Amino acid sequence: MAAAQLLPILLGIAWLIPLASFVAILFFGTRMGAHGKGAATVATSAIGASLFLSLVALVAWTMAGHPVPSPHHDEGHASVMKTDAGQSSGSVQPVAFRSPGLSDAEGSHVSGHEEHVSSISYSGDWYTLYASRSLRLSIGWYIDSLTVLMFVVVTFIATCIHIYAAGYMHDELHDVTDSEVQLATGEPLHREGRFHRFFQALSLFCFSMLGIVIAGNLAMVFIFWELVGICSWFLIGFYFERHSASTAANKAFIVNRVGDFGMLIGLMALWGGLGTLHFGDSVNSATDQVEPGLFELVRPAENHHEQQVPDGLVVFAAADQIEKMAAGNPSRSELRREVAAAVPGWREQGYGRWLLFVAGLGIFCGCVGKSAQVPLFVWLPDAMEGPTPVSALVHSATMVAAGVYLVGRFFPVLTPDVLLVIAYTGGVTLFIAATIAITATDIKRVLAYSTVSQLGYMMLALGVGGWVAGLFHLITHAFFKSLLFLCSGSVIHACHTNDMRKMGGLLKVMPYTAWTMLIGCLAIIGAGVPFVLGFSGYYSKDAILAQALLFSRTNPQHSVLYVAVAGGAFITAFYMFRLWFMTFAGSPRDQHVFEHAHESPRVMTAPLVALAVFAVVAGWALPGGLGVESLLEQSRPAGTAEAITTAGILGNITLPAEHESHVGAIHVTATLTAFLTALAGVLLAAAMYLKPLVSPVAVAHAARPIYTFLVHRWYVDELYNVLFVLPTLGVARFISAIDTQVIDRLINSLAWTARQIASVDAWFDRVVVDGIVNVAGSVTWKAGLELKRVQTGNLRQYVMFIVVGTVAIFVLATLLFRTSFAG
Amino acid sequence: MTFVLCGVVSVSHYLVVGAVLFTCGVVCMALKRNALGVLMGIELVLNGANINFVAFGSEYLAGDGRSVLGLDGEVMALFVILLAAAEAAVALAITLNFYNNHATVDVDRADDLHG
Repeated sequence: MAAAQLLPILLGIAWLIPLASFVAILFFGTRMGAHGKGAATVATSAIGASLFLSLVALVAWTMAGHPVPSPHHDEGHASVMKTDAGQSSGSVQPVAFRSPGLSDAEGSHVSGHEEHVSSISYSGDWYTLYASRSLRLSIGWYIDSLTVLMFVVVTFIATCIHIYAAGYMHDELHDVTDSEVQLATGEPLHREGRFHRFFQALSLFCFSMLGIVIAGNLAMVFIFWELVGICSWFLIGFYFERHSASTAANKAFIVNRVGDFGMLIGLMALWGGLGTLHFGDSVNSATDQVEPGLFELVRPAENHHEQQVPDGLVVFAAADQIEKMAAGNPSRSELRREVAAAVPGWREQGYGRWLLFVAGLGIFCGCVGKSAQVPLFVWLPDAMEGPTPVSALVHSATMVAAGVYLVGRFFPVLTPDVLLVIAYTGGVTLFIAATIAITATDIKRVLAYSTVSQLGYMMLALGVGGWVAGLFHLITHAFFKSLLFLCSGSVIHACHTNDMRKMGGLLKVMPYTAWTMLIGCLAIIGAGVPFVLGFSGYYSKDAILAQALLFSRTNPQHSVLYVAVAGGAFITAFYMFRLWFMTFAGSPRDQHVFEHAHESPRVMTAPLVALAVFAVVAGWALPGGLGVESLLEQSRPAGTAEAITTAGILGNITLPAEHESHVGAIHVTATLTAFLTALAGVLLAAAMYLKPLVSPVAVAHAARPIYTFLVHRWYVDELYNVLFVLPTLGVARFISAIDTQVIDRLINSLAWTARQIASVDAWFDRVVVDGIVNVAGSVTWKAGLELKRVQTGNLRQYVMFIVVGTVAIFVLATLLFRTSFAG
Repeated sequence: MTFVLCGVVSVSHYLVVGAVLFTCGVVCMALKRNALGVLMGIELVLNGANINFVAFGSEYLAGDGRSVLGLDGEVMALFVILLAAAEAAVALAITLNFYNNHATVDVDRADDLHG
């Protein structure tokens, strides 16, 4: 099949182009035109090329003749689980594509069973980083329709944001005076523009995100996961001279590390038990054997892709049992046989169930951090400190999407218990974030909390078994949330303030921004004519509502989830239209701001229009199964199309089949609920902020405690401050006190002693040693002074001395040695 | 003990003459202020010494035909004369220069080397 060879090449190149752009700007950024102006062109054309390749890949995918499921799944499809594994070390091109894996798998699987499933994926490795008996790390790909769609969405939105940012960031093209930073002298900070550095980080960000999407194994996901983290740190802290920005960047990074700790535990659990981190089956280049990937291990084909605890985890968990066996059994092969025979029994007893639970939960922990779920959502609103294009990218296509994407990608491995945890996390998140957004007055913060809330929706959808619904919402949300953020950026650009209380009536001066933002708002609340046509959010949100309703019908004890979703829809509609009415409708609140407002340049409005178009049509199902939803349906993980009831760790859970939510009463109820709640939210917002029927101030006054509680964002930051930050600071102060009081004193006293000894030594040297030398010198000197008087310079005197001396010597000699002279 | 000048002329007589010459020379050197006079004294001292050399080297001092001291006094005398000539040349040159600088040959004025 051509697609098998073509797709990894296309997507691989699309993935690497932003890296090339990053490297180019890194080394030559300052030389790209005046003040690095050309960096925008380089980065934009790079991501544009990636977009083009992704679109080609999408076309290739649809042309490849993959079976297109009908939206309602009335007839069964033959299962086609194809796993092509190609290995070509050190080269991007899969040179030797091995076909045995393909044809064998196809033959056996197609004839094997009839299911309502069609899951096609291609996986393989480009390059093996490290291989040992127990671990193989490689750079590889896992491509299905989700991958291709995510590539298109990420590159498209990133392209729009790149173009927009070229206009938005023009201040950075010359020296910048940052009035928000006060120097010690009291003057504002004056610094060089960092235009090229912005685009450098943006390119790396896109590269990292695409790396997560294309990754063929969890280790690679983790690498790019961390790269996304560091990129967000660069970009949120772009104005790093501002204290708030550097704090926000650090907060985002540290909070994400908390989640990644859980992810590491999950990785270790999987690796320890299964010895592989590959998603799909892959060829081991050393042994030339096809090794099963995680998906195959957890949902083996011979078990009709039904989830089971893999042998590896069972054996890992049953270590004490094996020890008992080994006690009286010396033969190795015999022991192995015995263990293999005992594995099904152990599995029945529940060995390894907890390990799989912990693994899934650990991976989800990472996603909680990245996708800003409760309790790690505090970083996302603070991340608004970055430039608005960054917020748009972080909130729609890259950072936060990574978490939801990974849950979707990892879905086959997640047990119903984990899914229940995910659903509740999402539900709590969407509710908390939505309520906080009601009282926020910073336009970007409202959008930030709405992002958190929408991410809660996606998590909840995935948690209740709505694989397509959750990822569908991820994609539609990416379009309209980036649109909303870019619109808010346009407003901020015009008003030079984030405070909605100073805006109002901007519809007249900024028509493009206002109307495109209205489209975004309608899309996010899921507006549409029921059962006929709607904005993109209408389809994805309805799918989530329907799945949640179905889940609460089949599991009545969890029906609170449906209440959260429906209530969340109402609150979403309310705060989104509160935002729109406060910003664009009515009369100007601040005349000064209003007079200076102006429509943004075309380089900024053009991406708005492009995104607005997609915010409308992204959810539409085109004829021939070309809609996002049916494309996603092609990659539904094998074995998840049927309703499954399990007695899990957290009680009995029935995971309903997703296609059942599309039919009959469930669908109608969900659609009407979504429509009515959204309508109610919009009407309430209109009553409070468009026509002053209800005074917001009066409402705030009437519900004072609740209002204060929400303004303080549920006191979560304060709680974390008391729980984590203050104790950490306390410990740090204690340690610092030990350092200064004990260790420093010890060292200081040592130094003092050394000084005293040295001064005694110096005294001895000065007085005794130098004294002796000086005395010798001065004696010689004085003798010389005395003796020099002898040298009179008088010749005749010298002669006299000689004579007298000679005579004296002669006389003395005569007297002393009389005998010898006398003979 | 007889008075030395009363006997036959022997080495002692020569030695006496040499000693007288030597003493005269030394006295001349010590008392003369004129540099030329000092030079003359030096010549006297040298010649006194020469007489000693010649006396000890004479034929009849060597009773058995061999030199008593084992060296030829006349040769040594010749060396001394040679040295005296060289010394006189250098000394006269110094004196001349001294005269050029100080317009006198008084050695008492030449005390530049005092300590």
